[in-house]
Amino acid sequence: MTQTDDPILEVKGISLSFGGIQALSNVSFDVRRKEIRAIIGPNGAGKSSMLNCINGAYKPQEGQIVFEGQVLSDVNPHKMASLGIARTFQHLALFKGMSVLDNIMTGRSLKMKSNMFLQALRIGPAEQEEIRHRTFVENIIDFLGIQQYRNTAVGTLPYGLQKRVDLGRALAMEPKILLLDEPMAGMNVEEKQDMCRFVLDVNDEFGTTIVLIEHDMSVVMDISSRVVVLDYGKKIGDDIPDVVRANPDVINAYLGTEH
Amino acid sequence: MGFFIETVFGGLMAGVLYSLVALGFVLIFKASGVFNFAQGAMVLFAALSMARFSEWLPLWLGFENKILGNLLAFAISAAIMLAFAWLVERYVLRHLVNQEGVTLLMATLGITYFLDGFGQTLFGSSVYRIDVGMPKDPVFIFENVFPGGLLVSKEDFYSALVAAALVAVLTLFFQKTGTGRALRAVADDHQAAQSIGIPLNRMWVIVWFVAGITALVAGVIWGSKIGVQFSLTLVALKALPVIIIGGLTSVPGAIIGGLIIGVGEKLSEVYLGPALGGGIEIWFSYVLALFVLLVRPQGLFGEKIIDRV
Repeated sequence: MTQTDDPILEVKGISLSFGGIQALSNVSFDVRRKEIRAIIGPNGAGKSSMLNCINGAYKPQEGQIVFEGQVLSDVNPHKMASLGIARTFQHLALFKGMSVLDNIMTGRSLKMKSNMFLQALRIGPAEQEEIRHRTFVENIIDFLGIQQYRNTAVGTLPYGLQKRVDLGRALAMEPKILLLDEPMAGMNVEEKQDMCRFVLDVNDEFGTTIVLIEHDMSVVMDISSRVVVLDYGKKIGDDIPDVVRANPDVINAYLGTEH
Repeated sequence: MGFFIETVFGGLMAGVLYSLVALGFVLIFKASGVFNFAQGAMVLFAALSMARFSEWLPLWLGFENKILGNLLAFAISAAIMLAFAWLVERYVLRHLVNQEGVTLLMATLGITYFLDGFGQTLFGSSVYRIDVGMPKDPVFIFENVFPGGLLVSKEDFYSALVAAALVAVLTLFFQKTGTGRALRAVADDHQAAQSIGIPLNRMWVIVWFVAGITALVAGVIWGSKIGVQFSLTLVALKALPVIIIGGLTSVPGAIIGGLIIGVGEKLSEVYLGPALGGGIEIWFSYVLALFVLLVRPQGLFGEKIIDRV
């Protein structure tokens, strides 16, 4: 983790409500280049909403998202993806009928330049482009250790492997920032360790900035450089793991206070 | 025996055309979750455009060549279907994203009536001919296998070939191109497709255009067979039992469903008709579809819907 102080992403005063429910109120934090930034909090704290705002799926009523020094306005997931923000999903959103290889290949969609008629006929530059993307994707498949499932339909794979495919598809986009929505949810200890290793390796080898949501505190504390804590849509803590762990507000949020 | 095979043959060839229309339904349903009631109107509209432009172009531009006229008319009609796809996405679908299925269905009902009316205003409402040089005369084949041989309509045979070629091209497109892969991705999960940078709006235009092309090909084939007239839209009603039988989300299902309906219709008409008093062809497919709904609601090839309760 060779992080720098220069922030790649800044979230400024974000407020989001659905009708009468205030999902986020005035949340601000920044993400530095190449760090692993965690967002934690109890259920319903607004973690996923935060991620959906960054990814452009939700439009916050107030506040700004600043990416690489530019204020982003009128965002949508497609625009954010083309800027280099990739994400995985808490509840898997893979293309179930398609093979592992095809799923990860879809991550290359934005990088495909050649005309679809040339692609169909596999002529000239289209052929070379396909080979180039295919090589890239094969490397990801090797990296995630899912070679033997390459041609298996994703829907038939066990949950832990599907989570890896989800990560692979996001990696195929060569993102600048990778948003992971509870990558370890529902996993056993061994699978969690594998996933931790992948996250650390991605950060280390590709220098990808990672924003990670998790509600399992122990996992987060081990791998992240800084942690934001949300509770009922408000930020109640933001610091390195050791400091956050000692923060009385955070302890209250997780264990409940005496009234 | 010869007669039986002849009947099956005739059924298969009618079935191929049902498949084509059903394919249009399935493509749009898979990619955008819209049950497109306007598919039949699209068939009529495309056929009208083809019929009229192949008549008008030689007059306007002063040439006699029929092949050139047909090719140009086909290209113009394809361009019109592309414009139609773009308009539908821009002015209808885009504003109804994430609405209930029923809302979308009603929207396509609106599109249906608009297309029916607009098409006839633009192109006229009489019966028109499409002449793409289909041979009309039937031939006898296998004369040394069966006594008297099998009577096969050449026209049906070529239609079936064209339809099969179209299906082959579509399969290639969906399986082998990046765009096809993106379309399959959109069909599986909108949200995920968007988050990896697949532009939903463009995909919808593409898929409505592809459905428009299948409508155009179906329209040209039917039109050259029975003339371009309002009753072409009724073909779409025949496609409903096809997709119920094949499954609303399955491309192979649409094709096989169409063939089953085509053959079933002809066989029932010939073999059950005399006993039940004829006219079976008209309702047979619906009864078959009803039966499939009772036994296997997702269709023969559709995805089983499992809901958490």
